[in-house]
Formats: sequence, C-alpha cells, structure tokens
Amino acid sequence: MSPALIRLRSFLLGDGQADRVVPPTGFTVRLTLFTSAAMGFLAVFALALSLATGRLADRWSEALARTATVRISAPEGQMQAQTDAVIEVLRTTPGVVGARVLSVQEQRDLLAPWFGPDLPIDSLPLPQLVELRETGKGYDAEGLRLRLSAEAPGAVLDDHARWRRPLVRAADRLRLLGLVSIVLIGMTTAAMITLSANAALAANAKVIQVLRLVGARDVYIARAFVRRFTGRALQGAAAGTALAMLAVALLPGADTAGGFLTGLGFQGAGWLLPLLIPPLAGIVAFWATRAAAFRTLGEVT
Amino acid sequence: MIELDKVAHSYGGGELLSGISLTLMPGSFHFLTGPSGAGKSTFLKLCYGELMPSAGHVQLFGRDVGAMSRDDVAHARRRIGVVHQDCQFLDHLPLAENVLLPLTVAGQDTGAEADNLIELLSWVGLARQAASRPPELSGGERQRAALARAVIMSPEVILADEPTGNVDWDMSLRLLQLLVELNRMGKTILIATHDLNLIRAAKAQVSARVLRIKDRRIQLAGADL
Repeated sequence: MSPALIRLRSFLLGDGQADRVVPPTGFTVRLTLFTSAAMGFLAVFALALSLATGRLADRWSEALARTATVRISAPEGQMQAQTDAVIEVLRTTPGVVGARVLSVQEQRDLLAPWFGPDLPIDSLPLPQLVELRETGKGYDAEGLRLRLSAEAPGAVLDDHARWRRPLVRAADRLRLLGLVSIVLIGMTTAAMITLSANAALAANAKVIQVLRLVGARDVYIARAFVRRFTGRALQGAAAGTALAMLAVALLPGADTAGGFLTGLGFQGAGWLLPLLIPPLAGIVAFWATRAAAFRTLGEVT
Repeated sequence: MIELDKVAHSYGGGELLSGISLTLMPGSFHFLTGPSGAGKSTFLKLCYGELMPSAGHVQLFGRDVGAMSRDDVAHARRRIGVVHQDCQFLDHLPLAENVLLPLTVAGQDTGAEADNLIELLSWVGLARQAASRPPELSGGERQRAALARAVIMSPEVILADEPTGNVDWDMSLRLLQLLVELNRMGKTILIATHDLNLIRAAKAQVSARVLRIKDRRIQLAGADL
C-alpha cells in the first residue's frame, strides 16, 4: 500500500485516543452540522435548477432549430392557391426536407390555451400555417422569403430565430447561474466551516498549548480538528442532501402542459449527481479546517 | 544536552534576559532562582524551544533551535519533561490519560504501558486518582501528576517551573524527593524556584548548582544558599 493510501486509511479510520485529546466543542459542531445540512439542501436545488434549465435549453434548441413556419394570410378565395404555391416553393427549396399544412384541428389545439377548446375556428379569418422541416445544413432564409413573396404574396416565413435565440440564451444563463450558485454554496460552506474551525481552535488554545508542550507535531493536532469537522460536514451535507432529494422527488410530475416548474427535478442518471454533494462538502471541510488549523498552529510556539 | 550561548530575550520592547550562557550537562542538578518577574519562566521556555532567543543561540541535543523545523522542536520536546507551575492538563481527560498524553501524541501504544502507568502513578502516590479528572485533584496531586506526565517518556532532561508553588511544605519536600530520585537515575534536572528553603533542603541531599537571575544576567549564587 502506498504511503498516500496509508495516510488516507489512517485518516478515515481515525485514532480513538488522538480524537479524544480535543474536547467536544458543542456549538461549533452544531454550527458545522447545520451549515453543511443547509448548504447541501440548497446545493441540490441549485443542481436541479441547473439541470432543468439545461434540459429546457436543449429541448428548445432541438425542437425549434429544425422547424420553421410559413404563415399565409390571403382572401378566402385565394387561400388554397397560395397554400399550394407555398408547398411547391418549399418542395423545390434546397435545405427543406418536408412541408405540411397544419390541419384545422392542429390550429385549434394551438389556440386552445388562449381561447378554449370550443373556438369556432372555421368562422374566423385565421391565417393558414405551413410547417417546414429543414436539413442539418438548413436553407437560405432570405432567398426563400424572396421566392415566397413572388409566388404567394400573403406568405410570411417565420424561422423562429427571432424569439428562439433569446429564450435559449436565457435558459443557458439560468443553467450557468445554477452552476455559479453551486460554486458559491461551496465557497460559503468553506467560509462558514473556516469560521467554526477558527472558533473551535480559539476555544481550544489551551489544549493546543498542552499538546505542543508534550511534543505533539502540528499535523497530529490539526488532524484531530480536521477529522472532527470533516465528519460533521459530511454528516450535515448528507442529511441536507437526502432531505432535498426527497423534496425534489415529491414535486409534481412533469407533463406536456407542465412547463418549466414541473420539470424541476432529476431524471435518470441525474439522480446520482446529488450524491456527489456530501463527499464534496467533506473535501471542502477538510481543506478549510486544515488551512485554519495550520494557520492557527503557526502562531503557537 | 541543552546549551545556551550568549542568549538574550526581549519582551515588550525591553530586554528581559541578556548574555545568558549555560550548559546543562547530563545528570546535573540545577536550581534557578531570582525574584518574581526576573525571567525564570522565560529562561525555561528558551530551554525547551517555546520561546526563541532575540540574540545568541540555544542548542537542544546538539542542534540549533533556530534552525529546527516545528516538527524537530516537537521531537526534541519528547526528550524534555516539563513541569509547569499551573500544571497544564487537559481537563476533559482523566488523570491516567493526561499522564499518558506524551505517549499518545508520539503515536505509541498506550495500552501496552498500563503496567508502567500504574507503577508510575504509585511512585507519585496517585494510583487511586487515576480515573479522576484534573479539576478534582488538589494542588499537590496536580503537581505530582504533572511530574508523572513529565517522566512518562523517560526524558533525559526535566525542567520544572515553580513545581512547589501551590503546595505546602510537606508536599514540597515530597516533590523534591521525587526529583532527587530522578536525578539519581541519571536525569538532568533544572528547577526554577524562588523558595530558598527548598534549595537548602535539596543541597542536603544532592550536589546542585544554584543559579540566580539578576539584572537580566545569570550568575552562580553565593554561599548564602
């Protein structure tokens, strides 16, 4: 076994006698537990937010990037002729895989969220919608607009780009904010644990002095504190993570009409990601306490 | 063993000790006396590396303290037993664990030392108090416990700072007797005290050098002692 592994094993298994030399420090222990639990809880939600917005951005990009709509507004007598003309133009446009006229029922479904299911769509002067699917390389939008205006004056190409880009950008920003939040939660955890460790070290100044007097090395003294704080951070973060995962699991399920809020959960292997939070909190606590301990011990002769 | 060469120590802008040169030879017995505030405790702290000299050199077991790492100083302290006036225990641990503390921090198996511990506690008359916590002990018991802790690692040097400061005369003599016994086992002893009666009592039993701190310097005490 390599020396590093031996040290890790020794750290994880601990030394009962060595751990006892530092007295239990009630309030710092409780503070560390509570902070880690709260941060673990928040980290799960930040992670859920980040993953949900990521999925949303991907879905919007995927769903909208490959389709466009041609809207035909024409007098009733010319509607069919212009629709046929648009279909013909689209059929011969490079980069367009297919085009289809939306049925009356599909147009009714699109309007249902605003006007209800019983809208007498036949009696309304609604434009006819034609959905087109593009190839991976896409088509020349400006060229298509010019051809449409020549062949079907009432047709307007809407390639969704105008409103798709800001939506996808917003979703990407939200995903980034979620990740930034996780980093900030980690840093806040480190700061809080450093403060707790400093308080514990200050409260145990006499203990440190006695240990140095009888020949304890800095690493021995630091380890007693580091093990304690790492253990507490691990326990707290595990409890907070478990509670948050339960809360996420109890959120209403996502459905087609659910939108963003009901999709704020983990899916598939995504449920494994929050399990990384407790060990990460332990690592943060380990380094924060170790740095605080060695800084304090450096001031003791 | 412990050697101070033209050592000075400043505190709060003023020089507390100056031009101190002294060598503690193996098996020697020294008393250090002087009025309160003369620098006796400071001198002892210089001897085990808790304080660094502002001038001169302190050598512990042949190595300059200023050139030693913190770990080296910690290792050197395992060869020096220190008895403080205020004893300095870990109040949350029972006496037995406090006495074993030097072995614990050195990573030694304290379980294997059980017989030695009982023998040591019996030697200082504290076998029955092994499970007591330090705040439950009397001043004399605490001083004897501090002595037991100081010798558990079988150190070569024992430094005692006013070891009889908080105890009555009978207990002072008992503690002195223990230190004299340790010296007869070959340990080097340095006791800082302002108790001249204790020094006189010791001189009747052991060949001791008496040093006095006066005007920031160390000098051999006169025949008045």
